[in-house]
Amino acid sequence: MATLIIAEHDNSILKPATLNTVAAAVAIGGDVALLVVGEGCQAVADQAAQVAGVSKVLLADNAAYGHQLAENVAPLVAELAKTAGFDYVLAPATTTGKNLLPRVAALLDVGQLSDIVSVESADTFKRPIYAGNAIATVKSLDAIKVITVRGTAFDPVAAEGGSASIEAVTAVHDAALSRFVGEEVAKSDRPELTAARVIISGGRGMGNGENFALLEKVADKLGAAVGASRAAVDAGFVPNDMQVGQTGKIVAPELYIAVGISGAIQHLAGMKDSKVIVAINKDEEAPIFQVADYGLVADLFDAVPELEAKL
Amino acid sequence: MLSMRSAPAGVGLDSNAKRQNSMKVLVTVKRVLDYNVKVRVKADRSDVDLANVKMALNPFCEIAVEEAVRLKEAGVATEVIVVSIGPKAVQEQIRTALALGADRGIHIETENSPESLSVAKLLAKIVADEQPGLVILGKQAIDSDNNQTGPMLAALTGLSQGTFASEVKIEGDEALVTREVDGGLQTLGLKLPAIVTTDLRLNEPRYASLPNIMKAKKKPMEVKTPADLGVELRAHTELLGVEPPAERKGGIKVSSVAELVEKLKNEAKVI
Repeated sequence: MATLIIAEHDNSILKPATLNTVAAAVAIGGDVALLVVGEGCQAVADQAAQVAGVSKVLLADNAAYGHQLAENVAPLVAELAKTAGFDYVLAPATTTGKNLLPRVAALLDVGQLSDIVSVESADTFKRPIYAGNAIATVKSLDAIKVITVRGTAFDPVAAEGGSASIEAVTAVHDAALSRFVGEEVAKSDRPELTAARVIISGGRGMGNGENFALLEKVADKLGAAVGASRAAVDAGFVPNDMQVGQTGKIVAPELYIAVGISGAIQHLAGMKDSKVIVAINKDEEAPIFQVADYGLVADLFDAVPELEAKL
Repeated sequence: MLSMRSAPAGVGLDSNAKRQNSMKVLVTVKRVLDYNVKVRVKADRSDVDLANVKMALNPFCEIAVEEAVRLKEAGVATEVIVVSIGPKAVQEQIRTALALGADRGIHIETENSPESLSVAKLLAKIVADEQPGLVILGKQAIDSDNNQTGPMLAALTGLSQGTFASEVKIEGDEALVTREVDGGLQTLGLKLPAIVTTDLRLNEPRYASLPNIMKAKKKPMEVKTPADLGVELRAHTELLGVEPPAERKGGIKVSSVAELVEKLKNEAKVI
């Protein structure tokens, strides 16, 4: 058996989500190859070669792949899956993986299993449905299994210790169907939400975007990422890339601190697998307290500065 | 190799100029459990219990309909066609979309709700028949949470794709699509015809007015079968069972910030 994994990267750094996906591939068993597709991404291939459990790195480095446009990358992945005899094609269930992999599956005329949270056997997997309110056990009937992996469900493999070979892939697919126009990337010194050990999130109770500075101060003391509920995003307090929930990012940190968040189902779907959950809310009836390990009924504008002072 | 397969660009393209003057927009809608309804797993754990529960238009599909109708109102699109796949009951959701402003409906009748790849194959035939300038789908349905159909349709039709759209602008022979990606926002220029999937912030869907609900009843709706479209449906997965998620144990209330910090340090040991 052999698995091809699409490495998540930005042409310079291999993203941690890749390590969780490798863990899923290791659980499946067999050889694991990482495909690094991009432009000027040799450094990523070098990092990928260090990843524990990876036997081979395939490097497709070409201008056509610079922004990893699905129209160009999907035919490459489908071609590799067929010609190099991979039984599984995996990608992290990030926006990049979710954009690319269904296009690959359709080119291969196979279905896709999205967002798996466990490997039951070589062809059977568990995945959440209905926003995590039910867990389905699904068997794949296809010869090539195309799968996206929910990172929080698999402990990452070590980023170092491996010694995979790096092979260049020269095939170039340029569909000329789409072009990169621009991007607005949130810049922050804090860890990424999906990789953070501690997350502090604010909801509608924060009142406005400026008040998120209170959370940032706590985050700086704890080395935490700052998140938000959909209500806070919809109210325009903060940008959508901070959203934790069914419609945002799925997280499972060691410690999740929910501040001024009522605990709508859609938010819980994104954070209820956190190891320890703290809720600070002045409404003692808020549903968030039903999932919180430690609940504090208090005005956040008193409690959060006090928390910061005591850390 | 795959170049042969990716060729069903048999979507025979109009000239850009012609398309500009007569751009149809195709929108897909799915009937799902209403998002306010609590999900229950059947006692025999074979599936989710959908007996006698309220069904509704998938929220992401509603956003897709709204975007298509706005394009028509802005004079960019000339016609909005709505398509849904499933048993006869899905005609209710097609009528809802017609009440929101779509012009005509296509119901592809199947016994159950087919898997994403089958849906994409059926839609690819509709795209070939109708030749829309733009296809707008929800990024995912809130029942299966698959997030697959849009890119699969793009692959089968050989068209460009813009997933997780928070803004769509038609400029010349391109759709400029701003996408909600993990790190922030990304804008792509997509050659038309294009496939777009909606994210939550693309728009806020309107409510259907009573007069429009009445008018929708008279709008045309065509019924087709997979056989009519020459598509044979094949199973790619088998559902072995469904279980409720692991429940979290109830926690405790702390009385002060000092107690909270003490518990996090000494009991949970996470700070």
